[in-house]
Amino acid sequence: MKDKSLISIDDYSKADIINTLDRAEDFERNPHQPLLEGKVIASLFFEPSTRTRLSFESAISRLGGKVIGFASKDSSSVQKGESLKDTIKTVNNYCDLIIMRHPLEGSARYASEVADVPVINAGDGANQHPTQTLLDLYSIRQTQGKLDDLNLFLVGDLKYGRTVHSLLMAMSNFNTTYHFVSPPELRVPEEYKMFLKEKKLKFHEHTDFTDIISDADIIYMTRIQRERFSDPMEYEKTKNSYVLRNSMLEGTKDNLRILHPLPRVNEIHDDVDENKKAYYFPQALNGVYTRMAIMSSILGL
Amino acid sequence: MADSSKPKLQVSAIRNGTVIDHVPAKHLFKVIAILGLDKITTQITFGTNLESKKLGHKAIIKLSEVFFKDEDINKIALIAPHAKLNIIKNFKVTEKSEVQVPEKIKGIAKCGNPNCITNNDHVNTAFYVLPKDKEKVALKCHYCEKITDPEDMEVF
Ligand SMILES: [Zn+2]
Repeated sequence: MKDKSLISIDDYSKADIINTLDRAEDFERNPHQPLLEGKVIASLFFEPSTRTRLSFESAISRLGGKVIGFASKDSSSVQKGESLKDTIKTVNNYCDLIIMRHPLEGSARYASEVADVPVINAGDGANQHPTQTLLDLYSIRQTQGKLDDLNLFLVGDLKYGRTVHSLLMAMSNFNTTYHFVSPPELRVPEEYKMFLKEKKLKFHEHTDFTDIISDADIIYMTRIQRERFSDPMEYEKTKNSYVLRNSMLEGTKDNLRILHPLPRVNEIHDDVDENKKAYYFPQALNGVYTRMAIMSSILGL
Repeated sequence: MADSSKPKLQVSAIRNGTVIDHVPAKHLFKVIAILGLDKITTQITFGTNLESKKLGHKAIIKLSEVFFKDEDINKIALIAPHAKLNIIKNFKVTEKSEVQVPEKIKGIAKCGNPNCITNNDHVNTAFYVLPKDKEKVALKCHYCEKITDPEDMEVF
């Protein structure tokens, strides 16, 4: 993984994934390792994402590195119409690694082709957000003690949700049984179902979110966004049918954990927060360890 | 009335060059664009909406003094997977071949995703060609990873 950009989760083999998770586990046990001392990391956020940016910057600080960059397009020269290539070509003179968030799909792959230093994709439009996927995998392994042979429930917007697609692909390395729970208009795209069929992995599609969760090991909740619906009434109705409440967790497996990429709107009711099966806040902390692992592996440290 | 003795429509013969047969009629103009035939100055004859058992309606292109490199001609396999090539030397067919679907194509088509970097910055397009089923292929953008159907692709 040394010197290799991380743009799409497909860039990492099963072995790369496992190495990264092992490394993250080491950082969780011993977070004080100043491996990035003397290194400069550029954090280029062409669109704001406070959560992801802070997670990366926290990981860099814990490793003793320095951050340069910008938090939104308004504070950068991009505003003046500079091409992405010129921005990257300039910035890579000042740093050892680039972390980039950009609203256009494919921007991170392109940046990695013009940059002389490795690039980590922190989200390119609706396409990929591989560090989120790795922290999701870390949380799954941490709570289940393994990644193999799990029943994974994905709930909400399964059509446009990029975190869902990347997680689905990454988990296909581990003999997962999938359950897709979504309104009919937000079903998993055909290409992903074809992929699972080819890999001979089981998947089930549901439109009702009820007692089907009794054999779940992981429930991964996602936000249903208003802009996906042309009819606002349809949105209101739909969004309220895919809400997880504490009462629904009765009779579920002990090892079940609830994950969510955050931020949430109303899809997980507040009364779930106190349940020990709620795991979305520790999941966010895992993002820091995972990103420490990814950055130090890429820099060969 | 069916008349088997009715002469076949013939597009005039060429001395030296390439004949591209079995092009789906509806994609003739895309094939012309992909191969850049609008920039060629030697003699070209087209026949289109000819009857074909396999394709319904086919087109045929005869190019004088034009010979293609495999990597160039294979680009048309995306929309004309059954196209056949005849190389003509001195009015005789000296070589026959079929187009092969390439693994990767660069810079001939637009990505169908308006939010792709290639549609918003000066970036050349590149696609991986994936088999969709026996007859068709899909184009996966190297950058945004979205799928473009060759049937809808816009050629530069
Ligand atoms: Zn694209």
